Amino acid sequence: MADASKSATVAAPHEFQRSLRSRLLEDYGILLVVVGMAVVLSILQPDYFLSAQNLTNIVRQIGMNALLALGLYIVIVTAGIDLSVGSVMALSIMLLAMADKAGAPWPLVLLVGPFVGTLIGVINGLGLTLLRLPHPFIMTLGTLNAVRGLCNLVSGGQPVSGISDEVRFIGIADIPLPFGGEFAVIPVSAILLLVCYAGVAWFMKKVALGRHIFAVGGNPQAARVSGINVNGVLVFVYAASGFFAGLAALLMAGRTGSGYPNLGIGAELDAIAAVIIGGASFFGGRGSVLGVFAGVLVMGLLRNGLNLMNISAFWQQTLIGVIIILAVWIDVLRRNSGTRT
Amino acid sequence: MQASAGSGRDQILLEARGITKYFGAVTALEGVNLKLSRGEVLGVVGDNGAGKSTLMKVLSGLFRPSEGEILIQGQPVQFNSPRDSHKAGIEMVYQDLALAGNMPIFENIYLGREPGRRVGGLTIVNHAESRKLAAEHLARLQIHVKSVDQNVEDLSGGQRQAVAIARATAFDAKVVIMDEPTAALAIKEVGKVLDLIKRLKDHGVGVILISHRMDDVFYVCDRVMAIFHGRNFAEAPLKDTNRNEVIGWIMGTKGHAAGLAHDKVH
Repeated sequence: MADASKSATVAAPHEFQRSLRSRLLEDYGILLVVVGMAVVLSILQPDYFLSAQNLTNIVRQIGMNALLALGLYIVIVTAGIDLSVGSVMALSIMLLAMADKAGAPWPLVLLVGPFVGTLIGVINGLGLTLLRLPHPFIMTLGTLNAVRGLCNLVSGGQPVSGISDEVRFIGIADIPLPFGGEFAVIPVSAILLLVCYAGVAWFMKKVALGRHIFAVGGNPQAARVSGINVNGVLVFVYAASGFFAGLAALLMAGRTGSGYPNLGIGAELDAIAAVIIGGASFFGGRGSVLGVFAGVLVMGLLRNGLNLMNISAFWQQTLIGVIIILAVWIDVLRRNSGTRT
Repeated sequence: MQASAGSGRDQILLEARGITKYFGAVTALEGVNLKLSRGEVLGVVGDNGAGKSTLMKVLSGLFRPSEGEILIQGQPVQFNSPRDSHKAGIEMVYQDLALAGNMPIFENIYLGREPGRRVGGLTIVNHAESRKLAAEHLARLQIHVKSVDQNVEDLSGGQRQAVAIARATAFDAKVVIMDEPTAALAIKEVGKVLDLIKRLKDHGVGVILISHRMDDVFYVCDRVMAIFHGRNFAEAPLKDTNRNEVIGWIMGTKGHAAGLAHDKVH
């Protein structure tokens, strides 16, 4: 014991530098992977990959996963999980499509998704804290099924098409750039993503509640005795996750112009994958918004690149599986080298 | 940490009267009394399961007592959460330290009480201010760390204990309760923590020290009280007792004359 403490004291300055370096790696390492993928793709597909059309395509394609992953990130920081986001998104899109068809004013329709999502998120949070279910996996597995069922019940399992242009604006509209030709546009959805990501990054860093989310993930007991309302924080994170699932529904409603009850089956797993590839710890307390974005981009670029090269979608799935395992394994190696034993 | 003006050294800071705590059919505490003055270090001893930690959790607002009352400077108070006891100036340093290892030192010190601007129900944390305050506070307590930005998980056991104590005293605490602060430390770190307790005492803070280590108790405490089977068993100023007597109290025996001690050298 004396020996261990001695070596710990002696090694302290190195450790601090090392932990700083590993923290930098933790935050930005995955961005290197993104850049690497982009370079490889632009070499393999020089004419097409960097074209304005393809880039805006990528941005549109990653939108849904980006929003779901952002919500899941907040939950995963507390060492939680939200399996219900795919179903929440489906119920949201059906309700907003039905509200739109029923002639509700469009500003109200825009609010349907985020409202429904937040509501179910609060229910998830209350199930975890009030019912004291042993793990969020169970509560959200319950809502994954229950909400998907509700979605089919309200819609009769039938898609609703013909969503109005005002409601579709966020998901489909482009803002043309003054240069670069016909396809040089910024999709409105990209601006939405940017605002959401920057907002969450700021919130998690600067707002006390954001710091409390990290504290709950790091040591819930410490958070509790520090006077933090741990249950309140938990309800908040599931509400946030639901909110972003509702927002994703709005995005998809715009992109496709219709609500369909099978939307987002399995989407929660893609979102979890992006968060984990982005370096967030499944055990809570660790992970950055930038990392999540990089994780989303890795998955997006992989799909885009394999599509451009006409490689089968089955390979995409296989590769994403391998990348999840690799990303977490690299994380394990990095952590082992960074901690004293 | 500031001494309130005009208060005498023997002023009672904290008093617990007749504290009783049931957990279902189990009686953890029964009619326990406790008094603590300014600048006093009270050692609380007792065997495992005697009720020391339960008593401290009652005093720090984590448990509500089934019966009995708590008075702060003569005023009855009721704690419904640790937040209430913080407001009354009682801080607890937990045995398991209760620090978030994934967060830096300065954030741990101000966790739950971050300095910043309140905007519509949210607090926008002023991290620069928090860093500065933490560094100043650590300097005041003569706690040395590389940087307040170090994550707590990168610190040694003694440094973590020091951070936990720094957190407990960051907000003008009147009373600091420490649950086995030296139990997990390397020997050379124990002295530093005990000296830190003496420094708190010099600042007028009342300290309750729960410890199994007689060396600690006899190094820093002014008075020692023993709890046995959830009740007050014995109590004495340190100068009027000795190690063997206190060890006897822990085991539930009184009148343990020094002459009977097994380690007496004749």
